[in-house]
Amino acid sequence: MTLQGEPVIINIGPQHPSTHGVFRLRVLFDGEVVQDLEPVFGYLHRGTEKLAEERAYTQIVTLTDRLDYVSSMTNNHAYVLAVEKLARIRPTERGMYLRVIAAELSRLASHLVATGFFLQDLGAFATPLMYCFRERERILDLMEMLCGARITFSYMRPGGVFQDAPPDFWPAIQQFLSEMPHYLDELEHLLTENEVILARTKGVGILPAQVAINCSVSGPVLRASGVQWDIRKVDPYDVYDRLEFDIPVGTHGDCYDRMMVRLQEMRQSLRILGQAVRDIPSGPARAPVPFFLRPPPGEAYAHVESPKGELGFYLVSDGGISPYRCKIRSPSFINLTPLRELLRGWKMADLIVIFGSIDINMGEVDR
Amino acid sequence: MPYGLGLLKGMLVTLTNFRRKPFTIQYPEERVPQHPRFRGEDFVWYEERCTGCASCAKFCPLGIIRIVTRPSGMQTQEGEKYALEVFDIDLARCMFCGLCVEACPYDALHMGSGFERARYTRKDLVMTIDELRRAPKRPSTWFRPQLEGKGYNPHTDRPLEWHEVGRHQAPSLADMQGRWVEER
Ligand code: SF4
Ligand code: SF4
Repeated sequence: MTLQGEPVIINIGPQHPSTHGVFRLRVLFDGEVVQDLEPVFGYLHRGTEKLAEERAYTQIVTLTDRLDYVSSMTNNHAYVLAVEKLARIRPTERGMYLRVIAAELSRLASHLVATGFFLQDLGAFATPLMYCFRERERILDLMEMLCGARITFSYMRPGGVFQDAPPDFWPAIQQFLSEMPHYLDELEHLLTENEVILARTKGVGILPAQVAINCSVSGPVLRASGVQWDIRKVDPYDVYDRLEFDIPVGTHGDCYDRMMVRLQEMRQSLRILGQAVRDIPSGPARAPVPFFLRPPPGEAYAHVESPKGELGFYLVSDGGISPYRCKIRSPSFINLTPLRELLRGWKMADLIVIFGSIDINMGEVDR
Repeated sequence: MPYGLGLLKGMLVTLTNFRRKPFTIQYPEERVPQHPRFRGEDFVWYEERCTGCASCAKFCPLGIIRIVTRPSGMQTQEGEKYALEVFDIDLARCMFCGLCVEACPYDALHMGSGFERARYTRKDLVMTIDELRRAPKRPSTWFRPQLEGKGYNPHTDRPLEWHEVGRHQAPSLADMQGRWVEER
């Protein structure tokens, strides 16, 4: 006997644990199978771009913290790079190294959160998430040592970083770098050998490279589809061209590959950190830049490889103390473009997993 | 590999972690050590150093510092200054970015190091001038490398007097020129 039924529309979100924030999906289900869907954004809209138009260039650094709040440092980084390009400021050497160190620590923290919540979405309730958060806590401790805050850092400034690292930061980061690989081994062990994870992620939510490029997806989601594209390599900023690292890519573009790319990127981050800590020159951490900066009229776009993808800031100056226009290209938002192609035809339970594997952050989606 | 072996191995990881020392602590009784740079609540304000210039109010991205002054009044180190009538910091909206501290040319304002300021009403979250006068003077070393150089730790050491926190006893002419005349 078969039951006859009509397709129904079901709302997932805006308050749903698996949507990682206030995000709403209107899904047309036929039984359990997704037929069509429509994402609804805007629940966390704060008007960051507009707020930036009436603040001085240094004050906007504090606004960028609140975009992707699990990796504030990379947001700071993208913004100060744009300001430096606009005002033609040369950052100090030590400042650039400190920025790279801070950004890579942030990337580690963000990927740990992504992995932990992905496992949580798979149904591994809390335990693996806590393993990831335990290690993230140590990164946050390092950050607190560096800049006094744990989430919203406001650490970078045009011309370098705000303040040099304290002396006890260096032994602490060395110890962290020596212990982290063991932890990553343990995590990889958990991920690659567990049959339940393999069965639920391998071959699920395949994103072909062509579709990914068409939708201008970036970051680990793009690399998992086999495209070798990393802003740190293709358009190096700060000192990334002096550091040695590889770009891990996936082959199939499924959920498993997206997770594995993140895991391998964490290892590469450790590699970058090791080199940066070894090579860091002495000198001032910040070039003398006035608080009320007045860049010449013009425009600038700078982008960085944030943990989620290409994060870009486009600034237009009219010669005043605040930008005339500030546009943020946020990777979380643009990575959601292929959502319909990704999810159509999969079941409800897979929807949660595929959505989790994209790793979005609502603070950045809605800006 | 037989099905289920991976699951067992995963359980083994859980078991090893189960036997490790707990990473979490029982908060109100135990505390994690805070770093001296921690920027937190209860702003440390030295009236002796403050001239009422309101740079801090101007540099705050949210505009949550309210200062009302009147002429006259004496400052311990500078001589004549503005007397302060109102100095309100709305901690409910403060994001502890530290830009106000960065702006103060006389080293009069510092970040505090507390984090336990729960109140029942929003009005109580506004730090008034009286509260600022009374607040414990344990400045965070964020933006105060001179304190870090001396090895000061706000969480364990004694509160500091006004003459101990400055870069110099009074801002020198060169410093004021460098920061306030030439940069602009
Ligand atoms: S810490 Fe930041 S938000 Fe708070 S009063 Fe100072 S400048 Fe304003
Ligand atoms: S900037 Fe410093 S001296 Fe000026 S009003 Fe604020 S606390 Fe006082």
